Amino acid sequence: MTEITATLAPTDSKARRRRRWLSRRRSIFIGGLLVGLVLLAAILAPLLSPADPYEQVLSDALLPPSWDHPFGTDDNGRDLLARVLYGARLSLLEVVVGVGLAVLVGVPLGLAAGTIGGLVDQVIMWTMDVLFAFPGVVLAILIVSILGPGLFNLLIAIAIFSVPVYARLMRNVALGLKSMDYVEAARALGASTPRIMFDHILRNALGPVIVQSTLTAGTVVLSAASLSFLGMGAQPPMPEWGAMMSDGRNYLGVNIYMSLFPGLAIMLTVLGFNILGDGLRDLLDPRS
Amino acid sequence: MPIYLLKKLVTLPLILLGVSLLVFVALRALPGDPARLMAGPEAPQEAVDAMRVRLGLDDPLPLQYLRFAGAALGGDLGTSIRSGRPVTVEIAERLPKTISLALVAYGIAISVGLSAGMAAAVNRNRWPDQATMLFAIAGASIANFWLALLAMNYFAVELGWLPLMGSGTWKHYIMPAITLAVMPTAVIARMTRASMIEVVGQDYIRTARAKGLPERVVMRKHALRNALVPIVTIIGLNFGSMLGGAVVTESVFNWPGLGRLLVDSVRFRDYPTVQGVTLVAVTAVVMMNFLAEMLIAAINPRIRFD
Repeated sequence: MTEITATLAPTDSKARRRRRWLSRRRSIFIGGLLVGLVLLAAILAPLLSPADPYEQVLSDALLPPSWDHPFGTDDNGRDLLARVLYGARLSLLEVVVGVGLAVLVGVPLGLAAGTIGGLVDQVIMWTMDVLFAFPGVVLAILIVSILGPGLFNLLIAIAIFSVPVYARLMRNVALGLKSMDYVEAARALGASTPRIMFDHILRNALGPVIVQSTLTAGTVVLSAASLSFLGMGAQPPMPEWGAMMSDGRNYLGVNIYMSLFPGLAIMLTVLGFNILGDGLRDLLDPRS
Repeated sequence: MPIYLLKKLVTLPLILLGVSLLVFVALRALPGDPARLMAGPEAPQEAVDAMRVRLGLDDPLPLQYLRFAGAALGGDLGTSIRSGRPVTVEIAERLPKTISLALVAYGIAISVGLSAGMAAAVNRNRWPDQATMLFAIAGASIANFWLALLAMNYFAVELGWLPLMGSGTWKHYIMPAITLAVMPTAVIARMTRASMIEVVGQDYIRTARAKGLPERVVMRKHALRNALVPIVTIIGLNFGSMLGGAVVTESVFNWPGLGRLLVDSVRFRDYPTVQGVTLVAVTAVVMMNFLAEMLIAAINPRIRFD
């Protein structure tokens, strides 16, 4: 689309096109850089940490930032930089498990709804609408109250409230492609429904699903941190960012660093995923 | 009423049926015996049996669901395990607190978000635009409880300007309402900007300008009114995430609303209350979304969804 309008519209000069190209790539670059930093922190955590994230040195409790402890220490005398770095591992784990489960369940459901249609479509989409009616946090709390608190149960809960997003997306893609000439041609040539689903529709959905996964990743990190903060996710002594801030809440006015640094880490991570997701979406959908 | 709204109106009870089924099944899926839970851990077996009969737990599940749904429709959501009072009463006591907090936060979000988005669209690619976009992206990426903790640390503990927690005076509203407003403000600002930029490029705006209308009138009367449709949509759709945000915000600030009731009830394993609050919250979200659709139809009769 961009190419056509660019050549037709005389106002779209070469310089302007280049500027737009750059600004699009810029979001992908900045977002990718932030996500890359988090990934690097997760991988290099043992090398970068000045101390063990679980080791308690009670005589060093609640210290402000210093050369020995760049982020200070928490109420149990644990090094905060080490805990924030190891927390990056947990956050990326949350993203992989949370988004992964949602995609694994949501994409097949949406694919089935969109290609099979009829009653299957109606039942699946009704279930999705019901799930979608719940505010994410409220549904997660309901599920965690049944499964019991814990990081893995929380991730199941978060995946469940993300499923409708992927089901709807996949259904829309399938509905859009079903009537395309090449799909109809494949059908006329005798391709079976499963074959059309996988060979023709699923492949074309890859782009939108990747964009949506990047955008969901930010939500997953935020929701997991919020619910861990409320005591329903990761339990102490896990260095999960939300759980760390739940500790920090008891030391307001004494040591703000226990809350400050994990929150900054959350912001950078979510910011990275959101900017990257925006950039990827613009790249795939030139209209917006 | 337009046809698509009537269609929506028909699906509304279907959605609520699904929601109530899910909440009902959730309670049945609990580990342990609900009768034992209600009767208390030290109660003799006869009391537990009596409780089971009283709760109708020996009846077949569909019958139990019908009884649950019938009672809920009649305003009976069971009895809180923690307080021994009807769940409806507990909710009715907290609801005004949540509504007032949400209204203040929404007021901030709409006024700030709309103005920032307008300023950004009018001054496209200049500093008001860049500042708004920066805020819109950052605001959507911040954990609201983090902002809450920082604000509490500086404005309440260190400076002593604002009360740390609780509710009562208007000063108690400032920090919770602002932290709750950040996310929707960011979303509204971003949507307003995008929508205004799209509308300003339309032919009828050029016509309005060409016939010599002052820019102010063009923007307010012609552009904003047409740009409003997606903005109202996003405001309506955001109500759910606002409620979700209220759960966290209320817990941080010890705000005696529905959100904190929900979190406390989970902690005390007070399942009837968890069920009741969830049911009320989701019903409210579904209704708000429908109201937003009606409002959109009122603003712009051109829209027809099929």
